[in-house]
Formats: sequence, C-alpha cells, structure tokens
Amino acid sequence: MSQHVIRDEPARVPLIYNPRVRGIVFQVLLVALLALGVWWIVDNTVENLRRSNISTGFAFLRGRAGFDISDRLIEYTSDSSFGRALLVGIANTLVVAAAGIVTATILGFLIGVGRLSNNWLIRKLATVYVEVFRNIPPLLVILFWYQGVLAVLPSVRDSLSLPFGSYLNNRGFYFPRFVWGEGTGLILAGFLAGVALSWYVARRARARQMATGERFPVLWTSVALIVGLPLLAFFVSGMPVSVDYPQKGTFNLTGGTNIKPEFLSLYLALSFYTASFIAEIVRAGIMGVPRGQTEAFSALGIRSRDGMRLVVIPQALRIIIPPLTSQYLNLTKNSSLAVAIGYPDLYAIGGTILNQTGQAIEVVVIFMVVYLSISILTSLFMNWFNAKMALKER
Amino acid sequence: MQEHSMSFVRTEMTPATAAPRSQAGIGAWLRKNLFSTPLNSALTLVALLILAWAVPRMLNWLFFDAIWVGADRTACLTTEQGGELPAGWSGACWPFVTSRFGQFMFGRYPLDERWRVMLTGAIFVALLVPLMIPRIPWKRLNAALFFGAFPFIAYFLLVGGVFGLRYVETSLWGGLLVTLVISYVGIVVSLPLGILLALGRRSHMPIVKLLSVVFIETVRGVPLVTVLFMASFMLPLFVPPGMTFDKLLRALIGVALFASAYMAEVVRGGLQAIPRGQYEGADSLGLGYWQKMGLIIMPQALKLVIPGIVNTFIGMFKDTTLVLIISMFDLLGVVKQNISGDPTWATPQTAKTGYIFAAAIFWIFCFGMSRYSIWMERRLDTGHRR
Repeated sequence: MSQHVIRDEPARVPLIYNPRVRGIVFQVLLVALLALGVWWIVDNTVENLRRSNISTGFAFLRGRAGFDISDRLIEYTSDSSFGRALLVGIANTLVVAAAGIVTATILGFLIGVGRLSNNWLIRKLATVYVEVFRNIPPLLVILFWYQGVLAVLPSVRDSLSLPFGSYLNNRGFYFPRFVWGEGTGLILAGFLAGVALSWYVARRARARQMATGERFPVLWTSVALIVGLPLLAFFVSGMPVSVDYPQKGTFNLTGGTNIKPEFLSLYLALSFYTASFIAEIVRAGIMGVPRGQTEAFSALGIRSRDGMRLVVIPQALRIIIPPLTSQYLNLTKNSSLAVAIGYPDLYAIGGTILNQTGQAIEVVVIFMVVYLSISILTSLFMNWFNAKMALKER
Repeated sequence: MQEHSMSFVRTEMTPATAAPRSQAGIGAWLRKNLFSTPLNSALTLVALLILAWAVPRMLNWLFFDAIWVGADRTACLTTEQGGELPAGWSGACWPFVTSRFGQFMFGRYPLDERWRVMLTGAIFVALLVPLMIPRIPWKRLNAALFFGAFPFIAYFLLVGGVFGLRYVETSLWGGLLVTLVISYVGIVVSLPLGILLALGRRSHMPIVKLLSVVFIETVRGVPLVTVLFMASFMLPLFVPPGMTFDKLLRALIGVALFASAYMAEVVRGGLQAIPRGQYEGADSLGLGYWQKMGLIIMPQALKLVIPGIVNTFIGMFKDTTLVLIISMFDLLGVVKQNISGDPTWATPQTAKTGYIFAAAIFWIFCFGMSRYSIWMERRLDTGHRR
C-alpha cells in the first residue's frame, strides 16, 4: 500500500504564474512606461517652449490685461491685471451656474411632477418638453437664443415694452432697480430677525410636537415673520426705497438694471436643457418609492397632500439627490460654452489671456484647478445634504 | 309550506350590459383624464390656452408663412427691410437651408469627390442596420466588419491619396460628415478604453487603480471644452518640434479620451452590480483574470448597462458640437458660419431657420438612439425576472 503524503504547504507554483508577482511586475512596468512617457512629454515641451521663447510660471498674471470685459461683477478696468481678469471670469461662471441651477431645479421639478400628473394633457406636454430638450445639443440652444431670438429683437429705439416698466431689445433686458436709501439697514435687520425667529419657532414647534403631539402652523408663521418684519421696518423707517425705472432715450436706455443678451441666452439655454434631465430624475425618484408607502399612509388616515410631503418626498429625495448632483456639475461645466457667444466666463477670459500671452500650460492648469475645485465643492455639499437626507437606520 | 323542488341552472349567459354612460366613452375619458378635480380642470384650461396661442404661430412660422423658394436674402425680407414681403411678416426662410444643404452635409469637401462620402455613408448604413436588428445572423462577422474593417475603408475613402483617389485634407471636411466621424471614432475608441479604465479602477493593483482613478476623476471634473482646448493647444507642445498633428485628429483624441472617462464610470456601475458569487464561481473554475472578465463578468455587466452606454453615446453625439469652439466645422459649426459669416442670406429669419434645421437633425439622431436603447433594454430584460 502506497502512502499518499499530504503536505500542508501549498503547491509550488512557478514564479511566473504567481498572481502577486505578476501584479508587481506589471505595475513596475507600467510605472516605468509612464515615467518614460512623462519624461518624453516634458522634454519636448521644454524644448518647444524654449524655441518659441515662452517663459513659464505664473508671473504673467500680474501683467496689465489691456482688454475690456463688458459683463462684470467686480471692479475691473483694462488697466487691471490678468489675474483680476480671471477673477472676473470665475465670478461670472459662478453667477451663471448658480442662476442656472436654481431655475433648472424649479423647472425640472415642475416638469418631473407634470410627467406623473393624472392630467393627460399636462403629462403629454411634459413628455414633449423632456424629449425635445434632452435630444438637442446645449450649444445649439445657446446659439439659437443668442442669434436666432435675442439678436433680432428690435433696436433700442423700438424697444418692446413689458410690464413693470421693463424693456426688451437687442441689447438685453432692462428692468427697474430698487434704490436703497437711508434706513435700509433696518429692513435688512428685519429680514434677518424674521429668518432667525422662524428658525426658532420651527425648532420649538418640533420639540412640542415630539413631546405632546400638538402641531403648530410653522409655515404660515414663518412667512408672516419673514415678509412681515421687513415690511414693518420699511414703514417704520419712512419708506426709504425708491424705484429707478429705465428711461428710453434716443440711443440708449438709461437707469434701471440690464441683463445682457449673452448672459440671458446662456442662462436660458442651460436652464432649459438641464431642466429636462432633472425632470427625468425627479420622475424616476418619485416612481422609485414603492406603492405600498402611499397605501400605508392612506391606511393611517393621512391626507394625500401631507402624505406626499411627509412620506413620499423624503424617500424620493434619497433617490433624486445623487444624480441631481451630477446634473449640477454638468450645468457648471456646460457654462464654459459661454465662449461661443462671448459671455466673459472663466473659459472665455482664459482663452483671451492665452492668445495675448501664449501661456498655454498655465492657463490650462488654472482652468483645471478652478473647475475641479468647483466640482469638488459642489460634490461635498451635495454629499453632506445626501447624508442628512439618508435613511437613518437604528 | 311551500317546497322548492325545482332547481334553476342557467344554461345561457345574459349579454353583458354596456358600461354606465358615466364610465365609458369620450365624456368619461375627458372627465377622468382632464377634468377630475377643479385644479386639474384649471390646469387643462391653461394648457389649452397656451397651446391655442403657440401651436398656430409655430405652424405658421414653420410652414404656412414660410418662404420655400428664392435665390438670395431678398426672398426673405419685408418691404421695410428692402425685400418684397409685407411689413410685419415673419416666417422660416427655407431656401437658405436648401441652397446650403451640400455644405451642411459635407462642408467644403470637393464637389466631384462627394460620392466618396456618400459611398462611405452607404457602407456605414449597410453594416449598421443588420447589426441593430437582432434577427439577422452573422452578428460576429458583422461586428468585426463594422468595428474592424470599416474604419480603414472609411479612412481610405474619405482621406484618399491611394488607389487613384484624390487626397482630400481634413480641413476641407465639414458638416454632418465631421459630426459623424467624430462620434463614430469616439464610440469605437471610448468603449474598449472605458472598459479597461473601469477594470483598472476596480483592480487590486494599487498603482493601476490610482492611475485609473486620477484619470477618470480629472477628466470628469473639467468641461469638454477644456479637454478639447488642451488637445488643440497643448498636444503640439508635447511632441518633438516639427511633428504636427492634424486638427481633426486632435479633436478626435480629445473627444475619445473625454468619452472614455464617462464610459468607464458607466461600465464600473455594471461591474459593481454583478454579485460576488459570479467572480468566485469563475475563480473556482480556474479561469484566469482575462478569461473571467471576458467570459463571465463583462457579458453580464455590459448587458446591465446598455442604457447607460447609449446615454453616453448620445451625450457624446451632442458634445461633438463643441468642436466649433476650437474653430472646426461640424454640422452646427457650418450652420453658424453660414449664418454669421455670409451676407448672401443675412436676414432676421436666417439664424432661426438654420438652427431649427440643425436641431431637427441632431434631434432625429439622438431620439433614434434613445428609442433603440429602450427597445433593446426590454429585449434583453429576460433573465432578471423571478
């Protein structure tokens, strides 16, 4: 009888078949290849830069810009530095992104809910909206608004008159501006106090409901506080606010505030485009809440409106928030399409600077850093919001 | 007491009664779908008012008041603008589109060489259609031709310079041709590259994983415009002096890299959805890494993420328009160039007409792709029902 010896140690595998060894070898090779590639690129770049006499580094940011920027939020003249110009661009990008995000969210939620409406006509209209805007490139929509609609509006002399003393013409949208006189601080204080008090009331009401089950009309109280207190302050301080209406002159409209067509077309196109995606996300979110939840709150005797607010929406939000975040990021990134119509966002100004100085690498690095930081900040905020909304399992 | 000796068994059914008047017919449908509550009635009325205001205007502008034939801008101008149409007229200016149709499709591709583009298009359709219809056999051969042989055929046909074909430089290309070339190359390159990146991101090798994550997150964090910008301004810096890249090639590299980062995330979603048991099962069968991925994991993962993949394709198709920013002329670029750079057709209606035409073409492509993906998803959704 031959005896089989059973050994504890694993079978000997040739080194080449050992997955760990293979992994290490492969990675070393990869790093070596990558290092070689990077070295090649750096070497070529240095050589190319030397030939075209471009100095590297960010010192150029202090140079005089020499170009004008029509749309700006912060102080800027053509004597300002390149760095300042970039700041103007960043501010413009953020403004158009923020405005677009707010509008797209509101529009998207309305249309998303409309797609689930039990009204046949509303449902079909919402579907048509989504299918049309989702399938057309955003750049095309921007150009359509800019060259197709806003550029062919009447000239200043024949401006279209709109309600509330506002005008629309091919130089943009002009609307009245509030002039804050003496005592405006009081109104602001009233508003802040209203917000703070509403927050306090909401907290107390929640505590009371937890303790006794009695409910308190928090919403109406907050509205009364937030609207009422500033209004009260307005009358107490002697109505210091006046309105500056745009005045029609022969060649220009003076007074009031105006929004330039570049901003308007970018803002409208981005909002309409992104809204169609948000609508689909909202629809999927609401449909993702099981029907049993609706039946359960009906069985508990909760009215349909309260049930939506307390049961369905909080659960739907959990499904909605992650994809919503990426839509917000998409909108921010799409705002770089501004360059096609000359709205001075970060990308457009960076491009101008690149043409003037030839600092391609530095400008691209600035683009990447700014856009990546915006992306990371937005994701962090939405992750925080998501964690707050997430199912709290105990 | 009375006895019930007779039992009654019905032998024939009475005919079904019609549904009550309030539950059937148009009236009931209207009540249920349009006027169920006061709020719904109000919404319906508002929607009807908006439609009644907008739809006739749109139809008038697009068709009934539109100009269909004309030689130049005067055909689409009102009397006060220097033309012959009544004051206050507004309508589409279709002769702009018909007279520039060739440019919109081919760009400045030489007139007597355009048959080459059309032939390429015909081969493309002839290979794509059977690939998309599941009933037609020889899928493997078909796919090999479409993804393997077609790029070479198309390259030689479009670029020329061999077999007696005239060389046509890519700066003459334009219109829908460029849009389709960029999308096709983007799709063909980004899918395999995206799969590799997704595998890299889920790999156990730390360096491979790190590199994949850095690449994917960097590319996804910046706008495509920046990537294209890099491809067009920085790529020439990266190569030895004297070596130049074709402009179209630079755009292709930019789009393909950008799309593969997004594709990688879609594929990763599919990989994550495959249960652990599948991986372990493949391991216990003694399959190596590539066998495991190619035979077991990928077929299941890709099937799960078909909608995501098609969505990425649609996004990429729409994103090809951005090449106009690095001054290349895809469909939108040519339309824009004709609108703003050419006085022959400069009228207030030209821009609107041109962009609506371009939008219609983009819409047909994107809508078609999305419908196909929905249909395919339903077809493949067989194994997941319990």
